[in-house]
Amino acid sequence: MKKLALAAAAATLLIAGAAEAGQTVDAIKKRDLLHCGVSTGLAGFSLPDSQGKWSGLDVDICKAVAAALLGDANKVKFVPSNAQQRFPMLQSGEVDILSRNTTWTLTRDTSLGFNFAPVTYYDGQGFMVAKKLGVKSAKELNGATVCVQQGTTTEQNLADYFRATKMEFKPVVFTELKEVEGAFFSGRCDVYTTDASGLASTRAAKAGNPDDYVILPEIISKEPLGPTVRHGDDEFFDIVKWTIYGLLDAEEKGITAANVDEMKKSADPGVQRLLGVTPGLGKALGVDEEWMARTIKQVGNYGEIFERNVGQKTPLKLARGLNDLWTKGGLMYAPPLR
Amino acid sequence: MAARTEGRAAPGGAATGAVSAPKGAWWNDANVRAVLYQILTVLVILGIGWYLVSNTLANLAQRNIATGFGFLDREAGMPIGEHLISYTPASSYGRAYLVGMLNTIFVSAIGIVLATILGTIVGVARLSSNWLIAKLASVYVEVIRNIPLLLQLFVWYGVLLALPPARQSLSPLPGIFLSQRGLYFPVLYEHPVHAVMLILLVLGVVLTVVVHRWGKRRQALTGKPFPMLGPALGLIFGLPLIAWAIAGAPFDPNVPAMKGFNFQGGASVTPEFVALLLGLVTYTAAFIAETVRAGILAVPRGQWEAARAVGMSETRILRLIVLPQALRVIVPPTTSQYLNLTKNSSLAVGIAYPDLVSVGYTMINQTGQAVEGIAMIMAVYLTLSLLIAAFMNWYNKRIALKER
Repeated sequence: MKKLALAAAAATLLIAGAAEAGQTVDAIKKRDLLHCGVSTGLAGFSLPDSQGKWSGLDVDICKAVAAALLGDANKVKFVPSNAQQRFPMLQSGEVDILSRNTTWTLTRDTSLGFNFAPVTYYDGQGFMVAKKLGVKSAKELNGATVCVQQGTTTEQNLADYFRATKMEFKPVVFTELKEVEGAFFSGRCDVYTTDASGLASTRAAKAGNPDDYVILPEIISKEPLGPTVRHGDDEFFDIVKWTIYGLLDAEEKGITAANVDEMKKSADPGVQRLLGVTPGLGKALGVDEEWMARTIKQVGNYGEIFERNVGQKTPLKLARGLNDLWTKGGLMYAPPLR
Repeated sequence: MAARTEGRAAPGGAATGAVSAPKGAWWNDANVRAVLYQILTVLVILGIGWYLVSNTLANLAQRNIATGFGFLDREAGMPIGEHLISYTPASSYGRAYLVGMLNTIFVSAIGIVLATILGTIVGVARLSSNWLIAKLASVYVEVIRNIPLLLQLFVWYGVLLALPPARQSLSPLPGIFLSQRGLYFPVLYEHPVHAVMLILLVLGVVLTVVVHRWGKRRQALTGKPFPMLGPALGLIFGLPLIAWAIAGAPFDPNVPAMKGFNFQGGASVTPEFVALLLGLVTYTAAFIAETVRAGILAVPRGQWEAARAVGMSETRILRLIVLPQALRVIVPPTTSQYLNLTKNSSLAVGIAYPDLVSVGYTMINQTGQAVEGIAMIMAVYLTLSLLIAAFMNWYNKRIALKER
C-alpha cells in the first residue's frame, strides 16, 4: 500500500498533465471540495471516529479554509497519509493542502517546492519513557533504544541531539505511527521520541495506563507545525494564510462562534473589516465578503479550536504556552487584516 | 504470376537474373513492411519516453522541485540501526543508500541459502513414505504459501516482541541472552591469528574440492570409493585449529552483559532482522518445496527401480540418481523464487529493518527527490535480479542434459 502510494505519486509526476499554476483555487471551486492531507490518526490533531468523521486541530484548519473558500466547512475530503507519503502526495496534486503536523524547515520550503502557511501549533521534540526506568532527564539516555517514525524531522533531531551530547543510541525506525506506538508500549524501545504534542496524544490515547509513562522535561528542537501548499499558486496560498490569520485575529478581538452575529454590530472598525461589514478584505483575497464571519461561525476562532481539540479539558491536557496570543505571552500574532 | 511465366518464356534472354517481376506496390513487400513496423515501434517507444521525461522535467520545474543526484553527497543526518559498514548520521546520503543496499543483499543472501535447504528438506519430506512426516510437510506448504507474506512478517515480529524484556532475558546458555531486544551472544575479541585462520579455512575448502575430484577419478579408474567425510572435516576445520593452537590458543571472549538500558559487548541480531529472515525463509521454502517435489516426481520410476536393482541404498539413489536429474526441472522455477525472495525483502519496511527501501524512503522524504530515489531503488532491484538470474542460468546450463 505505502509503496504503491509513493510509487504512484512519483508516477504522477511523470505523467501528470500540463501546468496547473494558479489553478488550484479554480480546481477546488469546480469540484466544490477541498482535498486535505492529514495524518493517519493522531488524537487531538487529526483522528477519524468510528463513523469516519475526522476531528482535530489540523482537521479544523482545513475546515476553516473550506468554509472561507467554498462556504461550507464540511466540503472537505480528508486523505490520510503516513509521514513519508505526505510530500509526494502534495507535490503530485493528490491533495490541495497538507495539514498534517508538518514542521516548517528551509529544505521543505525550498527544494521540496512547498509554501508554509502560518504556524498553527508551536511544538518541540521531546522524549517519553516508562516511569519504571526511573529516568529523570534526557541526559541519562546514553545507550538507550529509541523508537522513531520514519521520514520526520524527529529522526534527524534525534541523531543531532545524541551527537551533540556525545551519547550512543540504537534507533528502531518504523513507517507507521501505530507500529511505533505498538513497539514502544511492548517494550522494544526504552524511549519514544516525537513532538511533545504527539507524545501527549499517544500517551492519552494509546497507553494502557497513561500514568506509567513520563515525558522528559527536555525539549530538543523547534517544531513549528503548520499547513503546507504547493509553490507557484499564490492565490490559494494567500487564502490559506489569511484564513489562519483571521482565526487568530478573531480570538484577539473576542469574536467566537457563538457571538459572531452579534459582533457584526460592533463599532470597532477592525471587527467590521474582519466580518465583512466594511467590505474590501474578501474582494482582495478573491472570496466573498462574508468569508471570515462564516468561518468563525462554523469552526470557531483559533482559541476555540485549540481548547476543543487539545486544550485542558481534553485528554491531551495541553497548555496554551507558546500557542497563546502574543498579547498573553505566546507567539500567535496575526499581521493587520486591512 | 504472369511475370514469372513471361520470364521463363524468354530463356537465355537478356539476363536470367532479370526475373524482374513488376512488383506490387512497395508497401506490400513483406521485407519493407517488417522494417517499417520496427521503425514505427522504435519511434513510438522513443516518443513515449521523450514525453515522460520532458513532462516530468516540466512538472518538476513548475513545482520548483530541485532535480539531480547532487543530494547524494550531502550529510544524511538520519540514524540507521543496523549497518554492515561503518555509518553515522554524519555520513552522506550515498553511504546511507549503500548501507541499505548491503542490508538488503545480506538478508536476501542468507535467506536464499536457508530457503533452499529448508525447501529441499520439506519437498523430499512430502514424498516420504512416513505418513506423519509427509502430512506435516504438506500442511506446512499449504498453510505457509497461502497466507500473505506481510501478515506472516507481522506475526513473526509479534512473536519476537512477546519475548521477555531486556532485564528479564532468557539465558539458555551462559553468556547468551534472548529478549525483545534480540539475541545477544559472546564473540571473541579480535586477534591477529583470526585472519590466518580465515585464510586457512578458505584453503581447506579449496583443498577439499581438489581431493574430492581426485577421489572421484580414482573411483572411476579403480572402482575403489574414497571416503570424503574425514579428510574434508580435517582440511576445513583442522588447519585453522592447528594455526590457532600454534598461536597459543588465544581465547578471550567478549561476553554481553546488561549495562544501563541494553546489553553491552558481544554480538547481536535484532528481532527485526530475525523476523524478516524467518518470514522470507519459511515463505519461500514452501514454494521451493513444491518445485523440489515436482522435480523428483518428474524423474521416471524406472530410474528408481534400476538403481534399486543394482543394490543402491535409498539415500544414495536420491543423491546420485534422482536429484541430479530432478535438478534440471527444479532450477528454472527456483530461480524465480530466488528473485521473489530478494524483492520480497522490501517488505522489511513494515517491521523496521533498515533495508534499501526503508532507507531510500527516508532519503526521499528528507530530500524530496522522489523520482531519483525511486529510480535508484528500482535500479538496485533490477541489477540484483539480473545478477541472480544470470548466475542461475549459468548453473542451469551446467547441469543441463549433455546430449552426446
